[in-house]
Parts: sequence; structure tokens; C-alpha cells
Amino acid sequence: MESITPLLAILCPAIAAPLILLSKRHPNIREGWTLAASIAMFSLILSMAPKILEGELIELILFQSIFENIYVGFKVDAFGLIFAITASSLWILVSLYSVGYMRALKEHAQTRYYFFFCLAIFGAVGVALSANLLTMFILYEILTVSTYPLVIHDQTPEALSAGHKYLAYLLTSGVFFLFGVMAVYYLTGTTDFTPGGISALGLASQLIVVVVFFSFLLGFMKSAWMPFHSWLPSAMVAPTPVSSLLHAVAVVKAGVFGIVRIVCYIYGVDLMHELGLWLVLACIAGFTMIVASFFAIAQDNLKRRLAYSTISQLSYIILGAAMVTESGIKGAMLHIPFHGYMKITLFLCAGAIMVATGKKNVSEMAGLGKIMPVTMLAFSIAAIGMSGIPPVCGFISKLYLCFGAWALDPTPYAMIFLSVILISSLLDIIYFFPIIYTAFFEEPDGGIGGGGDVKINEAPLFMLIPLSITAIFSIIFFFYPNAFYILDLVKMAAVDIFGGI
Amino acid sequence: MPLPIEQFPVLVVVISLFSAFTILLAGLVNRRSCFFILMAAVITQFILSLFIFHHVLSVGTIHYWMGGWRPPWGIEYVVDALNAFVLVVILSLSLLAVIYSKRNVEHEIEEKKIPSFYVLFQLLITGLCGITMTGDLFNLYVLLEVASLSAYALIAAAGGRSLKASYNYLIMGSLAAVFYMLGIGFLYSVTGTLNMGDMRILLPPLYDNKAVQLAFVFCVVGMSIKAYVFPLHMWQPDAYTYAPSTISALIASTMSKVMMYALIRLIYSVFTLNFIMTYIGLDMFICWVAAIGILAGSIFAIKQQNLKRMLAYSSVSQMGYILLGVGLSPISPWGLVGAVAHILNHAIMKGCLFFSAGCFIHQEGARNIRDLDGLGERMPYASAAFTIAAVSMIGIPPTAGFASKLFLIFASLEASQYPFVAVLLLSGLLNIVYFWRVIDRIYFVKHDTQTFGQEGSAKGSGLPLSMLAPMLLLASLCIIAGIFWLSEIPLPLLNEILSNLGTEVTL
Repeated sequence: MESITPLLAILCPAIAAPLILLSKRHPNIREGWTLAASIAMFSLILSMAPKILEGELIELILFQSIFENIYVGFKVDAFGLIFAITASSLWILVSLYSVGYMRALKEHAQTRYYFFFCLAIFGAVGVALSANLLTMFILYEILTVSTYPLVIHDQTPEALSAGHKYLAYLLTSGVFFLFGVMAVYYLTGTTDFTPGGISALGLASQLIVVVVFFSFLLGFMKSAWMPFHSWLPSAMVAPTPVSSLLHAVAVVKAGVFGIVRIVCYIYGVDLMHELGLWLVLACIAGFTMIVASFFAIAQDNLKRRLAYSTISQLSYIILGAAMVTESGIKGAMLHIPFHGYMKITLFLCAGAIMVATGKKNVSEMAGLGKIMPVTMLAFSIAAIGMSGIPPVCGFISKLYLCFGAWALDPTPYAMIFLSVILISSLLDIIYFFPIIYTAFFEEPDGGIGGGGDVKINEAPLFMLIPLSITAIFSIIFFFYPNAFYILDLVKMAAVDIFGGI
Repeated sequence: MPLPIEQFPVLVVVISLFSAFTILLAGLVNRRSCFFILMAAVITQFILSLFIFHHVLSVGTIHYWMGGWRPPWGIEYVVDALNAFVLVVILSLSLLAVIYSKRNVEHEIEEKKIPSFYVLFQLLITGLCGITMTGDLFNLYVLLEVASLSAYALIAAAGGRSLKASYNYLIMGSLAAVFYMLGIGFLYSVTGTLNMGDMRILLPPLYDNKAVQLAFVFCVVGMSIKAYVFPLHMWQPDAYTYAPSTISALIASTMSKVMMYALIRLIYSVFTLNFIMTYIGLDMFICWVAAIGILAGSIFAIKQQNLKRMLAYSSVSQMGYILLGVGLSPISPWGLVGAVAHILNHAIMKGCLFFSAGCFIHQEGARNIRDLDGLGERMPYASAAFTIAAVSMIGIPPTAGFASKLFLIFASLEASQYPFVAVLLLSGLLNIVYFWRVIDRIYFVKHDTQTFGQEGSAKGSGLPLSMLAPMLLLASLCIIAGIFWLSEIPLPLLNEILSNLGTEVTL
């Protein structure tokens, strides 16, 4: 079905961006644009869901490109919509949070901040809705470049060097992605995302197909698989809302989204098995899951610990895709929104702690549970969810992943990857629970003073409300995974890929 | 009455030539009138070129016989899709450079020199237009000298160190002209004609003739010096660095393109692809020279501290892109598409970069990269234009540089020449290194004296509108051209160019 809704949706941030620049002298109006755009975009994206669930595809050809059989445009399918819903719904909350955060810290260059935030969301949602690799590449690069000014927001030498690392990794990866795009077009004459894979790719020389696959993997370095992950912890110098939305959801998920697209919509299940690529990808993912968790344990800086946790969790999604079993794919797709909601809660809490108390390290957080009860409660909920413990939504996606691993054909593989998932979840517990323990049960040095009469010192409401909402949603998704149609969309996408069973 | 569009090619040159002399005379009476005569002439030329372009695409190639003398005796002007396209590119860029020059020249050139400056400016444009349209090898040489001599003098107009740069260029440029002259001398001695179309017919039986082979080498080397193909670029960085800003922009964006065009014309329309194909490996040799140039230019650019010099080396690298496209074109039509696209794209990008570098010098006197700290707040428009063009040079979609890169990568894939894919991709990364350094300086590096938290305090830039407008127009064109090349709109033009140049494939 032809419809301009996807264009309207991604135009929301694109139109808001210049308006933000124009109203730089009026902070309230400027933030108003961001909020209005985020709400408009979310409603537009959500409005496409019922149509998609009826089994239709929403297509929009912007223009035919100079290359035969490639057009620049959008094709909304169930999987793309899951990512788009995740990113756009969280954008609303993070916009609110940004207002509180940036004003509380009296940050400089706020106009620039909101401007590039809009562009980044434009890129991320554009990636979600793209119809083919070329369109996706264009928006993917826009996403990379527009996040640079956000990463180096502080403009300190440390921030700049982190920014350079960020660019060096991600633009280099863009180069590999571009090679992949052109190679796929050269080999098959098309770059459209086709559920079940582009069949012509199976006819090409195996060596080239394997090389192209690895160049795609390098191209999606945004998914921070090890050993190409070190840009992500460095990028944590950015303001917390950036870390939370972009470096826990939009940017990194664009990377894993791309990998899932490549696995399921370009290469396809059969080719992945035939060339043994699934095993390579699954091993990379398994390695990252375990090793990143160990790294996380060693971090004292809260945001860095969360960053390593993100690296580990992203590889759950990669693993789910790599296993190319139906439950595995479902688990991967569910983990995109679920991990998004939980991880953003954790980051928003970290930001709130920093604004309210100025503390950045885990070791300083003793007694924080009494000073910031709401924040720490939200933090605990999300941390429990990350570890895969009910009643938080992380349990559901991890359960699906476990089923997916169990369904792997040669049993040894099933056992290996099942245990990888379980061990990694155990490690999640190991690095999250000390934080909760420290916050609630440890006394700060020299005691709290005043004999338990602790003064509550929460972050501003602008920050507290978004983080409470994401925490509550993390629980809602457990009891009602179909909120925002997510479960239906996941089932729909699985039917697309596996042809319905 | 239908417009006599067949006459327009010669009008473009003649108007330009007469305007040059008019400026000279008018300058004796009233110095301020010079600019307006130049402006009027270039606008007229530009409009004529648009008519020519439209005519060529809708009706077909224009052949104009100078004085009614039939070729091969008379001089013939031939305008097909390729040179109509190049003509529009150089005249639009020249027009913008003229507008930009108004205030910039007042700032950089002594007042009493201004009339002669504009005379030379106009002569340069005359030469470039002539080279683009002529179908006669000797006429091409004459116009080449017209353009080059004006360029030597224009570069020297800045005074100071530009004199030495200009002198270097003079020596190298004359050498190039001699090479080219020798080449056509040999060709004339064996074929007895100077007309390109005629020669194309007479040459095939003579492909084995040593004189023809030598002529090919001489002509190509001569043109390569003029188009500063690495490693024959030695004159160019100094010339670009010390020339007046307007001239740097004009030469970088138009003159080098015209030389590349002449090279393409020589290879395709005089010697033809068959000649290239008879010497196995010749096309790959061109490709490798180009590839080394692409990387070497970028690596030299990384070392530079002077902004204009960095841009100059970047141009050396970018000429490699065009040459690589030419080298790949016998195997893949996308190579030629990349070369043609990059002629326009590089003109836009480099024009914009040199314009903004000129603005930095004009307002702040900032010539070195380290002087650019915090310029993003003091000169928001020039900085933004620079940034957009730099991003385009890097090849971030959807900018113009991305389209060129895409075509060339695809051409290399089609030709199964994977090393060139790697070179193109690596070159993009090297571009990031040297351009991002500048962008960081402009916007992000904290300056000691700079105060933050004063948003909106950047006052409206002190640059005159006549400098801002061309620069911002080019900056927006960086993006528009990127989308233009990605869309299917240029397909008819490209197919026309391909069929005119004798490649049998269409897109």
C-alpha cells in the first residue's frame, strides 16, 4: 500500500530541527518543538501498526535512483516498526528528561544539542523504515555524523578524543557497509529487503558472499560487538540523555537492527546455514555477551558499567538473529524494545543521580536508596529486568532466546548457546546487584547522620517522571507484552521470515 | 523567429573576448564600471550556455564552422552533450566567482590594478569556454595559452609570495603547452589535419605509427600537467595558496575541470577507445596513476597547516577521482559517469571550500588551520558552508561527494578491480582526517578566550552579501547535486554523453 505516513513520520524531527535553530533565543519554544515533534512522530508511527498487522506493507517511493532496481524510499514492515516504535516512544520521554537535565546542569550550547538530537532521531527512525540497503546506508551515515556533536558536547579534550574515536570507528564501519551495499547490488541487481533473503545471492561465488557478509558485520560496528566495541564506553562522556537514548537505544539498536536485516532479509535462513555463517555470528555474539559482562563487573563509573552491559545485551539480539530459529528471532526482536526500555531507565537513573548528588561512581552510592528512593526503585526494577528475573520484561525476551537456543538442531550447539545465555544472565546479576545492595543497604562513610532522618533529595520532576514511566513500562511489558502492538508485530515479522508455520 | 542557437557557441567566446577589451578601455575612464561589464558579459554567456545545453540535449550536437570555412580547413566548434555540460558548469561557477570577487577584490587587490585584473579574469573565462567548445586541436592550444597566461597573471595579482608561485606555474604551464604542441605537431605530420573529427577518422590505420604513439603520450602528459595529475602537480599547491581567494576558487573549480575535459576529449574523441584497447594495460596504468594520486594527495593534505594549501592538495587527490573514472570507463560505463559527475561535484565542493576559506581570510585574516578556533560562533554562515562542503568531500550521503564515490565504487566492482574499491574507500577516510581537524577547530575546540553559554550572541556575520550568497548557494548545491545524481533525472544526459563518446553501453 502506498502511503506518505512514513515520510511524514520521519519529517517530524527533520522539520523540528531548523525550527529549533530559529527559536534559539526562546528556550521554552525551542523545547516545545522537540516535544511536539516527538509526540507527532510517535502517533504517526503507531498509527501504521494496525495496517501492518493486517498483513499489508506500507511503501513509499521517494524517487527512483540512477541505479536500475534501486529506489530511495521507505517500506514499513513489522520488524522495522518495532524499532521505530521503540525509538520514537522513548524520544518523547527523553525529550522531557533532557529539559530537566540540561537546565539543571545549566549546560552550554543547548540549541546545538536539541538540533542534533532531532537529526539523530531522524536518522535512526529512517534506518528503521528504509526499504532497501541504499536508503538505509544514507540514513545510517546521517545518524553517525549527527551524533558526533552530541558526544563531544562538553568540548573538553577528553570529550574530543572520545569523539574522534567514535568517528574513527563508526565512519570506518560505514565504509564497509557501503562496500557491502554496492557488492550486494553488483551480485544480485537489487538491494531490497526481502523476507527470507535475496535468492540470487545464493548463486554468487561463496567466497565473495562470505567476504560481503563480514564487511556487513564490520559495517554494523554500531552494534558494538567485540572486539570493535571500545567506542561505546568512550562515548559515555556525552550528556546522559544522549547516552540513554542514542547509546542505549537509537544508535546501537540501529546496528543490531542492521544485522538482523542482513541475516533475515538479505542473506536469509538457508544461506546462513549453508555457509555456516550463523555459527560464526553466534560465536561472536556469545563471546561478546560473556566478556562484556566481565568488563562491566570491573567498572566503577556507573555509566561505563551500563555501557558494557549494553554491549553484552546487544549481543543477545545478535545471538537471537544468528541462531535463525523462529523463537530466537522472536527473542531478538522482543529484546530490541524491552532492552531499550530497561536500559534507558538505568541511564536516566544514572543521570538523575548525577544531577541530584553529583555522584558518578558506584562506590560512592552507599545510602543512596534512602536519599533518592524513587530513582533507586526504578533502577532496581530495570536491573532486575536486565538479569532476566520476572516480573520485568527482560524475562520474556530472554525466555524466547532460550527457546531459540534449545531449538538449534545439533544438540551440542543448543547446549552451548543455552548455557551462554544463562551464564551471561548470571553475570548480569553479579554486576547489577552490588549497585542495588550498596544503594539500599550500605551506610555511607560516617553514617547518614541524624539517626535515620534522611532528607530526600530527588532530581527535578522533569527527570523523575520519565524514568518512572520507563520503569513502569518495563513491568507492563511483562504482563502485557502486546503494549504498542509489540508482540503481534514480532509474530508478524517471524511469519514473514519463516513463511508461517 | 526561432533563436539561432547554432550560432551561440561562437557568441559565448566572442562576447567574452570583446568584453575583455571593453573592460580595458572602460577601466581607463571609470574603474567602477569594469565589474559591471564583466558581470553583464558573464551573465549573458551563462544564459547562452543554458540555451546551448538545452538545444544539444533536445536536438543534437551543434557544429559551427568559423567564418563558414568547412572543416578540415576552417576551425570548427563542436558542442555535444559532454562539453555543453562542462560549459554550463564552468560558466555557472564563473558567474558565482564574479559575484564573489566584487568585494573580495577590493579587499585583496590594489585599486589601480583592478581594471587589468578584471580584463584578465574575463580572458581566463574566454579561454576556458573556448577550450570547452573547440573541435580543433590547434585552436585548443591557442585558447589553452589564453587561459593559462591570464591565470599566471591573475595568480601573481596578489603580490608577495604569489609572484614566485606564479613563476613556477608559468614554467610548468609552458612546459605543458610545449608537450601538447609537440603532440599535435606529430599528429599533423602524419594525418595532415587538425580537426578532431577528421583526425578520429584518419587515425585508426596509423595506430601502429610511432609518431602517433608518441603524440598520445605528449598530449596526455601536457594535459596532465595542466590538470595537476599526481605526480605532475608540483606547481599547483603554491599557486592555489598564494593566489587571491577568488582566483583560487575559480581556478580550482573550473580550470582544472576544463583540463580534465580536454583530456577526456583527447582520449575519447581523437584517439578513441579502440586506441586505448589496442595497448593492453594502458587503461589500468591510468587507473593506477589516479589511485596513487588519490592517496598521495590526501596524505599530503593531512600534513598541511595552511588551509588553502590543504585544499590544494585535496584537489590533487580529487583530480585522481576523475582520472580513475576515465581509466575505468573502457570497462565500465559507470567510470565515465563517475568522472562526469565528479566534474560537477568537485567544482561545487571546491568552489564552496575556497569561497569560505576566502571569507575566513577576508574577515579574520585566518590563513592557518590553527587560527580557525571558535570561528563557528563568529562566522556562522561561512563555517556552515565550509562544513557542508567538507562533509560532501568526505562523501557522507546525501551529498554530492557521496554520489561520485558511489559511481566510482560501482565502476570498480563492475571492472572487477577490487584494489580501486579499497582506494576509494580509504580516500574517504583520509578526507575525514584532514577535514574533520578543521571542523573541530571551527566549532568544538575550546579556545582560551572564548566564553561559553552565550548562545545567540554571534552577531550577524560581517561578510558582504555578495560573498555570502555565492558561498551559501554552493553549499546548498552540495546537497542538491547529491540528490540529483542519485535520482534518475541525469540519465538522459549521461546516456547522451556515453553514446557521443562511442561507448556502446548505455545505462
